[in-house]
Amino acid sequence: MIMAEKNTGHIYTVSKLTRKIKSLLEEAFPFIWVTGEISNYAVPGSGHSYFTLKDPQAAISAVMFKNQKRNLKFEPENGMNIMGLARLSLYEPRGSYQIIFEHLEPEGAGSMQVAFEQLKKKLSDKGLFDEKYKKPIPFLPSQISIITSGTGAAVRDIINVAQRRFSNCPLDIIPVNVQGNGSENEICDAITLVNQYQESDLIILARGGGSLEDLAAFNSEIVATAIFDSHIPIITGVGHETDYTIADFVADLRAPTPSAAAELALPDKKNLVQRIFDLQKNLNTSLNRKIVLLNQTVLYLISRLKSPETIVYDFRFRLEDDEARLTNMMTHYMQLMRINHLRLDAKLQALNPKAILKRGYSIARFVSDKKVITDSGDVKKKDQIEVILFKGRLITRVEKTNG
Amino acid sequence: MAKKKTFESALKELEEIVRQMESGDLCLEDAVKKYESGMKQSKYCLDLLDKTEKKIAMLTKDRDGNIKKQPFKDE
Repeated sequence: MIMAEKNTGHIYTVSKLTRKIKSLLEEAFPFIWVTGEISNYAVPGSGHSYFTLKDPQAAISAVMFKNQKRNLKFEPENGMNIMGLARLSLYEPRGSYQIIFEHLEPEGAGSMQVAFEQLKKKLSDKGLFDEKYKKPIPFLPSQISIITSGTGAAVRDIINVAQRRFSNCPLDIIPVNVQGNGSENEICDAITLVNQYQESDLIILARGGGSLEDLAAFNSEIVATAIFDSHIPIITGVGHETDYTIADFVADLRAPTPSAAAELALPDKKNLVQRIFDLQKNLNTSLNRKIVLLNQTVLYLISRLKSPETIVYDFRFRLEDDEARLTNMMTHYMQLMRINHLRLDAKLQALNPKAILKRGYSIARFVSDKKVITDSGDVKKKDQIEVILFKGRLITRVEKTNG
Repeated sequence: MAKKKTFESALKELEEIVRQMESGDLCLEDAVKKYESGMKQSKYCLDLLDKTEKKIAMLTKDRDGNIKKQPFKDE
């Protein structure tokens, strides 16, 4: 074949060959669905998107022009698996081919899922999910507005739970379409209505479970904004336990199901009544205990309190005691004195000259001058001497003196 | 809506009173006062629990945008 071409003189120039290939390719693949993974994703100043679409065995250059990108519900990213409608094109100056996408959608997750993630990120970045904006849920709401389908199981579940937990809390039901065209607006209007009406202090926004498509209204930006703007706190109870919607993230409190939303909205009345009774009992008990204790204290103090009679008796006893002690002291003292006196008296007796005389001594003195004689040398013969005896005196005359 | 004492704050007050009473260092006059105030709070709470009237209504807007309230009928 190659030989044949050469022999017949059909020799292609590069341009001719390229153009031939281009028309072959572009005719053979006018519009095709392609799937693959995005890599090397780049958006230069032109606003077009350039990337490589690949699978484990092969890669192909791809482009999506700015105009087509406008219809995309999500932003393509590296690593994302996509499916798209494309045409094949060959760029002659470089001899390279690429696919030009007209339409792209995420594969697997689906475009709704991606749109969900992207809206979630956008609102999160705007702060709509921030804890600081969460309004406190009233402990005991005076009335609850329920925004949900007027006919589904959700409204009945909520009413049942509310009856069971707190049978006499008033409920206002604002029936809305929870899915389908215009349901977002109905939900937003209902939230606004409750805020205008100002009768309820809590809103439950609920619907039963469903597919991502069914929950679309609860994943819409306008519902998210309406929830965020509500002055009345909102509890969401959307879908089944595992379904998280954008509304759940913005809500002041998220319940996994409509029934759970009612549980979270209303305290259990039986428990509350029991708690109050318990507290009353505690009040009574502690006051009674206080009174009993004070009573005991008073009785004890009374027992310690002395009657005046006792006081007088005590004084009398003390007085008698003092008296007795005084008398004892005195008696003792007198005895002591008496003994002293006797002793002194005896001493005195012993010193009395008369006592000496009594023992046979006598005192001699001159009659003339009454001077006591103690030395025979002082006396002369014939001197008159008075001798004092124990009894009576003798007047004598000296016969002889011995030296 | 008139600013009334909420159930929760009355309940909290009641619990605080019980706590004070149980701590036991109140004089008798204070204890009696606390007791009376505690009983008042608990009555207020119980009244509040029973006062609200059970009703389930449906709130809708008619075509002219007027709010309409009617009993909710669950078929």
